[in-house]
Parts: sequence; C-alpha cells; structure tokens
Amino acid sequence: MPESVRLSVRKTYKLFIGGAFPRSESGRSYPVRSAAGDFLANAALASRKDVRDAVRAARSAFGGWAKATAYNRGQILYRIAEMLEGRRDQFVGYDIEPSTVDAAIDRWVWYAGWADKIATVYGGANPVAGPYFNLSAPEPTGVVGIVAPADPLLGLVSVLAPAIVTGNTAVVLASEQNPLPAITLAEVLATSDLPGGVVNLLTGRAAETAPWLASHLDVNAIDLTGVSDPELAVSLEEAAAENLKRVLRPGPADWTAEPGIERMTTLLETKTVWHPKGV
Amino acid sequence: MTATVPPLAEVASSASTLRAFLHGLPGVDQVGADQRAAMLGTRSIKTTSKQWALDLAIRMVDLTTLEGADTPGKVRALCAKARRPDPTDATCPPAAAVCVYPSMVATAADALRGTGIHVASVATAFPSGQAPLDVKLADTRAAVKAGADEIDMVINRGAFLSGRYLEVYEEIVAVKEACGDAHLKVILETGELATYDNVRRASWLGMLAGGDFIKTSTGKVQPAATLPVTLVMLEAVRDFKAATGVAVGVKPAGGIRTAKDAIKYLVTVNETAGEEWLSPDRFRFGASTLLNDLLMQRAKMATGRYWGPDYVTLD
Amino acid sequence: MAFEYAPAPESRAVVDLRESYGLFIDGSFVDSKDGEPFKTINPATEEVLAEVVAASSADVDRAVAAARRAFETSWGRLPGRERAKYLYRLARIIQERARELAVLESLDNGKPIRESRDVDVPLVAAHFFYYAGWADKLKYAGFGPDPRPLGVAAQVIPWNFPLLMLAWKIAPALATGNTVVLKPAETTPLTALVFAEICQQAELPPGTVNIVTGAGDTGRLLVEHEGVDKVAFTGSTEVGRAIARSVAGSRKKVTLELGGKAANIVFDDAPIDQAVEGIVNGIFFNQGHVCCAGSRLLVQESVTDELMASLKRRMAQLRVGDPLDKNTDIGAINSAAQLARIRELSDAGSAEGAEAWSPPCELPDRGFWFAPTVFTGVSQAHRIAREEIFGPVLSVLTFRTPAEAVEKANNTPYGLSAGVWTDKGSRILAIADKLRAGVVWANTFNKFDPTSPFGGYKESGYGREGGRHGLEGYLA
Repeated sequence: MPESVRLSVRKTYKLFIGGAFPRSESGRSYPVRSAAGDFLANAALASRKDVRDAVRAARSAFGGWAKATAYNRGQILYRIAEMLEGRRDQFVGYDIEPSTVDAAIDRWVWYAGWADKIATVYGGANPVAGPYFNLSAPEPTGVVGIVAPADPLLGLVSVLAPAIVTGNTAVVLASEQNPLPAITLAEVLATSDLPGGVVNLLTGRAAETAPWLASHLDVNAIDLTGVSDPELAVSLEEAAAENLKRVLRPGPADWTAEPGIERMTTLLETKTVWHPKGV
Repeated sequence: MTATVPPLAEVASSASTLRAFLHGLPGVDQVGADQRAAMLGTRSIKTTSKQWALDLAIRMVDLTTLEGADTPGKVRALCAKARRPDPTDATCPPAAAVCVYPSMVATAADALRGTGIHVASVATAFPSGQAPLDVKLADTRAAVKAGADEIDMVINRGAFLSGRYLEVYEEIVAVKEACGDAHLKVILETGELATYDNVRRASWLGMLAGGDFIKTSTGKVQPAATLPVTLVMLEAVRDFKAATGVAVGVKPAGGIRTAKDAIKYLVTVNETAGEEWLSPDRFRFGASTLLNDLLMQRAKMATGRYWGPDYVTLD
Repeated sequence: MAFEYAPAPESRAVVDLRESYGLFIDGSFVDSKDGEPFKTINPATEEVLAEVVAASSADVDRAVAAARRAFETSWGRLPGRERAKYLYRLARIIQERARELAVLESLDNGKPIRESRDVDVPLVAAHFFYYAGWADKLKYAGFGPDPRPLGVAAQVIPWNFPLLMLAWKIAPALATGNTVVLKPAETTPLTALVFAEICQQAELPPGTVNIVTGAGDTGRLLVEHEGVDKVAFTGSTEVGRAIARSVAGSRKKVTLELGGKAANIVFDDAPIDQAVEGIVNGIFFNQGHVCCAGSRLLVQESVTDELMASLKRRMAQLRVGDPLDKNTDIGAINSAAQLARIRELSDAGSAEGAEAWSPPCELPDRGFWFAPTVFTGVSQAHRIAREEIFGPVLSVLTFRTPAEAVEKANNTPYGLSAGVWTDKGSRILAIADKLRAGVVWANTFNKFDPTSPFGGYKESGYGREGGRHGLEGYLA
C-alpha cells in the first residue's frame, strides 16, 4: 500500500460583513480559477441584499470608528500591518510577487502613520480679518463604497487604507478575477482589533453589485478605481450624483509609486469653526 | 458662584429667583469631571481596606426588584437574601434596604419586620413621573401607609428641561410632606438630564426642596449611574452641607454590577464628600446583581479562591 | 468612619537591575576608559540602585564618531520607509516592556508609579509611534520638497521626566534621519540605559543611538564637541544660556527647552471644582518638578476665599509617600540638592512675608521629601513669584480685571506655559491671544500629546518639540 499523502483542509471563502464571515444570502458562489485555468476555490457571489447588509454594518460602525482617537486608529492600522507580515507566505502563495507583498505591507504602514498627521497637514488655523479664532479641521465623510482594482493586494491596500485611516468605514467590492487575497486580507482585519463593520468585503461580480452601492443613499462616497468598463463607470457616477456622493474616478494607476494624499482628502470633509475672541 | 450666597430660604420664593440661583451655580467642565472620576477609579484598594470596603458596600445595598412580573414570592425571596446575603457565612452583614413597587411594600414590610432592614418604595408614577400630581401624591401616601420607611420619587424631568424649576421644586416639597416620617430620596434621572450642569442644578433643587437623599437614576433609562455623575452629586451635597449644615445622602442606582465598581464609588465618596458619607445613612447603592459580586469578592478574600455563580444564591 | 487605604505596592520584581552599567556606544555596552564611576540612588529611600560612569572626553569622542559613522554609512542612508519601521519597533518594544520601565522610572526618579505607569511611559511609546509615521512623509511637513537631516545631534536631558524627555529628543531626531548622542541627567540614568537595550532588541544599526552617562562636565563636552551638528537641551535657563553662548558662531543648530514660572489664571466664572483639580495637577503633578508647572495661581479677587477653601480641602487629600505605592499622589524630591533649593526658596517666601500652608502629612524618615505647600499673600516682587522653585510649592496672587491678569501673567522673563479657567469661550481665546507663552491650557492643565507642539517664549527657550513643528529643529 503506498504511503498516503496527507489531505489538506481547504479554506472556505465567504463574505466579510460586520466583522463576521457569512455566506451570500443568495446562497450563490462562483468558481475562481488560476491564470492557467485551474480550479482554486468557490468564492461567494454577493447579491444586492449583501450590499444592503454591508452598508448597514458600515454605517453602524462609523460612529465609533470616527470618534476613536487618531492615535488609536493608527495603532490598529499598524497592527494590521503586523498581521499582514505574519501572513506574507499566504499572499505569496496566491501567485503574488514577494516584493509586491512587501510593498503592500509597507504601504499599509505608510498609511497607518497618516492617522494622526493628516489633520495637521490638511487643516489649520486661518488668519481671518477680524477678532475671531478660526480653525479648519478635516472629518471623515462617512461610509465609502470601493470598487477594488484588479491588482489583488497592493492595489486593494492602496484604495482601502486611505479610506479607513481617516475614520471612514468601507464597503469593498473585491476584484472578480482574483478575490482570494481580498478574503485573506479580511481575515487579517478580523484578527487586528479593527472593530467589526469598519471594513466590509464582498466578492462577486462588481458589474452586478456596484450599481446598488453607487445608488445607495446611505453611502457618502464612491471609489470607482476598479471599474474597467468606461460605460459602467459613467452610469455609476451618474447614479452617485443622486445624493452628491464624493467620487473618485477610475484612471490609470501605478501602484508602485508613492501615493499622494488625494485618496485621503477626497474622503474628508473640512469643518471650519469661528469663535470670537473677546473678554 | 459669587462669594456670598443669598439666604437659601428665599431662593425658592419665586420662579425667577430660583432660576437665577440655579443658573448662578458654578458650571461643571465635562472633560475635567470625567478625568477626576477616572483618576479616582485608579485607586488600588487591597487587603484590609478592601475587606472593609466590601463589607461597607454590602451594608449600603438597596436590594432592588422593580419588574412588572414581581410577585410576593419573588419579594419574599429577595427579603431573605437581604437579611442573610451569604448562606455560608453568618458574619456577612445584611443589606440596607429592599426596594420595591408600592404594591409589594406590605409583603416586604412583613418579611423584614424586626430586622432593621428598611423598606424602600418607589413612588410618584415611577419611572416616568408622567402623571397628574394628585395621582403621584396618592401613590406616595399608599406606599407609606403600607409600611415603607423610605420613598424614592422621580422629579418631573419634562418641567425641568423646559425650565419650570419652581414647579419641580414644589412637587418635591409636596411629596416630602406626603412622606410623613418616611425619608425621601429624589431621583434626578441623570441620563435624561444630559449635562453635568443640569445634574448640579437638579441636585440643588432636590436638596433645597427637602430631599433626604438625591439619587441618580431609575435604572430604567440608559445611561444610569456613572462615576462622574455621582462625583458631581457628591460635590453638590458637600457644598450644600457647607452652606446649610444639612447633610443629604447620595444614591447611585443602575449599572453598578461589580464589586470593583462599587469600591470606586466608595473611593469617590471618601475623597469628595468625605468620611461622614461613608455610612448607609448617607450613601446607598441601588442594585440587584451587585450583591452577588460583592459576596464573591468577600469570599475570595476569606478563602483565597475565586468563586463562581454556583456558590451564590440567585433569587 | 475612616476609609484607610492599605498599602498597594507595585512589585519591583519586574525590574532586573545590574550592579553597574557602562556606556552605550556603537550598539554595545562598553566600559569607560578613564571616566569616574558614580552611584545613582532611589530618592525615596536613599538606597543605591546601581553604579554608572561619568563619560570622559575620550568617551564622548568615541560616541560622536560612532554617531557620525552611522549617519554617513548606515542610518543616514536608509530610506524614510525603513527608518519608520525601526521606530515602530522601538515603540512596540517600549509598550511590551512598559511595566518594567515605569517601575524603574519611579525607583530612579522618585515619581509615583501611577504617573510613570499612566502618563510617562504611554507618552514615550506614543512619541515613537508618532514620529515613526513622519519618517517617510517629510515632504508633507511644510519644510520643502526634500528636507535633509543635520547629521549628529547632541542631546542633553533633565531628571524630571527621564524617559519621556529621551523620547522627545530621540524620536524626531531619528525620524528625520539624524543620529544621536544623548546624555541623561546624572540622578536618573537608568531608563536611558534600558532604552539602549531596547535599541539592541530592535536591531537598530549600531551608532544610531549612543547613550553617555555623566553630569555637567560630560554634558559640556558633548555640547561643545566639534563633531556635533545639532544641540538639543532641556534643563535650566542658566545652563541653556551657557549653551547658547558656547555655540555662538558655530554651525550648530540649537533648540532649548528651559525653565518656567507659569501663571494659572482663574476667573470668577470658572468651573470651580475642575479648576481646583487643574491647580492641584498644575503644581503637584510630578512633585512640581515640571518646567511648565502652574506655579503661580492668579485668582480673581472676588472668588479668592471660596477657591482657597476648596483648594486647601483638596490638598488635604494628597497622599505623599512611597512612589511604588499605587495610591501615592506625591512622591520623593529627586535629590538632596533639589530639596535644599526648594527649602531655600520656601524659607524666602515666609521671610518675605507670604503665608505658607501645608496639609498635615507624615513624611518618611529616609529619602527626600517636601510637603505640598501653598503661599498666600504673595506679590509680584517676592522671590517665590519670580524664581522657578521646581517643587510642590504654589504661590497665590490676585487680580481684578482680565487685563491685569494678563499683565501679571506676562510679567516674567519666562514664557513656557499658562492656564486659563473660565466658562466663557471668547474670553479663553482673547486671553490666550495675549499670553506670551508657548503653551496655553484652557480649563485643563499639563496635557501633553505627541501631535501638540511644546516649547517656550523668551527665556523659556526656543524651538518646539512635538507635532509637525518638532521636525523643524532636526532638518537642514
């Protein structure tokens, strides 16, 4: 009898909503294949109801996350980087270049350090012409919908970290072709002290779910980076106009280049307060 | 607050003088009050001081049941627990009082006769207080007649929040009169008052009107008692004593579940109002589950082992 | 019935003290060639904690050379992204060893464990975390598109917040790409030496951080060394002046954080109970060994009696004693020398006609102790209103109008901090505008944060530590 090879325990890939890993309420899944066409796993196929539930979870989590101190958010994001580092091999196993995985971890660390600095850089006292104290301070806009780019880890990190470091919560539609790193990232988030609902991640067909996200009136901003179909991008932007969502349009992206601060500032509201100075 | 306080007897002579007095009290900085409470919560109470504090806390518990489903059986069981909280240890002191709805007062009075444990009754259309005044007074008188030693009334929050302070005051005075010999606790429902400034004003209102105790909450509204709110109330009773010579008691109620929390409150009493308030005559805990945690901690100090819920009674 | 708090001592077992320590140069602990050994003691008991050594001229040369090498060949060549990750490591290890550092700080300095545990050490970790995040974002700091480091920084720190002052110095210096040689105060070297161990645990490139122990002479050698590009000093105004003179004409950039005599101004509409807490915290926190201490209480005349009654009642609750007891509020005075100075000025206060009051407290027989004291009837001309006492001694003066308060508050060569207590927002802002002080606390006091710039006007020094501004002193 030949020596038996140990059978591995395969991972199940589900959605990530409210800090938990439910299956799609539709019960659907779809096969994920490698570049060579081999079967890798069945990923959950998210429905509009999953989008609805994810937005609700993101809204629920927003109050607490926005009110957390910047220091606290920075600590949690740094912890996420620690957990990412621990899973480096897993990500390499998804056929991602090791140097790209390193870049993704370093990018996360870069964004973690912005938590307690963006207000200093983007806000400030304004010298108005009158006896008034005048201060502009940035605040997170709310729930952000994100259509993740095709680059399954570095691209994903580059659109997600800037959204949440400043206090927003997010509903992310992962890359349809390559969703497995996204769900593993969700596992990293779930073990990093990140409050449930701050990030919600749905796998499936963005063409199906993005319109529900773009038209949802309780979503405050939408990042269309991962929308490759130009017509779809236009219709999503039009749908987003209904409640004047802040929009990040799709465009060519070199994920290796150091990002600026635009991804953070687009998702920030600036509040300016006046107060008289007088005894 | 100005250095000279107007004679307090005249403060309630009209709606406008009462309002001017209450609004002239010093403000409370919320962040500062929260931080003072937090600092008091870092006191480390160990060994002999912990044993002393646990026993004192037990003696201060107003063991409470205020449910629609209360029955005489339930109330009798609670009274038995108040008399003998720890069935395995006769040295464990009894609770201060049992607190029930007016309809249960007779049962409680019967069960506690001769024990020295007081019968406290909520009254005045507890918990909302939203009823005509004559109904609230009748509620009070009925409870006293049935045998209540103490009455826990609720203030008229609607009137308070709309600025009708004199109305609130006069209601408390009327209830105090209806109490006869029973002592009166005035529930402020601090969770609804929303700001510490309001808590300070309502505290003074309750004291000026003759309350024997001021109490944080009904326990039916969140947030109920918190350490900073109790701190503000302790500052108020301290200042009231300095101004009038009268010592009014304080009772935080609702949300105090662990012995650790209770000890934080005792530290706060100690370092704010002072020693005189470290007695059941001046400080009570309105609680139900707290007692079991106090017993478990007490037993741990005596036996050296951590206890579990199987070893304390659930009544 | 009195509530007596039983002793609640924090265990010393978490600290592993060596009998003697050398210098930390080029990544290793080395012996001094010709330096004089001296002892560091526990000011609460006068027990000897360990022996350290006063670095000599040769030692300082070695340290500066190591820092220069690291600047030119290792640390100075790292991209900001990698410097950031080293600093994050340091921050993490500090968090991991937090209890040990807090206990050691209390042993060596005399401050209550509650403060070292809840204030000092958390802020130390936070400073490293904060500046870690700037290391790769310097172009956003507002100092140009490609800010460059200066080179080797000589850093001399005081004994009042030993590890925290170390963090305030080292974190921004390293984040911006400089290397450092730091001298801790002679009475409090131990947490700096454990920090050196932490640098080893983080595998920081050798020479990036160098720690040379010693007293005034070592400090002078370090600050005057030719191989140093930047001097950062926190300490007395007297020494700060000497340093400013010694670097005149050189290429060295200097930042100084010196003494203070802060006014804590209480108006008649202040939230009284919180104001009392703020006054107490302002002068008795850390035994008053705080450069920004609210050592002058300026109270509006109309509320003086009421405020003083509340203040004295509150002071009577201060617990003076064993720094390692978790319930201690006021610990030991750091040294015999400092105690003598506090006594001298306190005696002068009484001699000049002010009236002293202290709550009754039992002071231990051994160690250096001073009961919290408040002087009333103080006038601007009194020594205790002008000179920094650096101890738990409060001087009370009165004022009638806001303008008079501002005038008295500003009437000092110092300008580090000030406090304003009032319920009126516009008054806070108007008064803050007029106070010549680098930090103004309104309805609070002694609040510190790594994001918040700290530093003085006038003879309290120049330069800021903390925040974006804290980077400037370390950039070319």
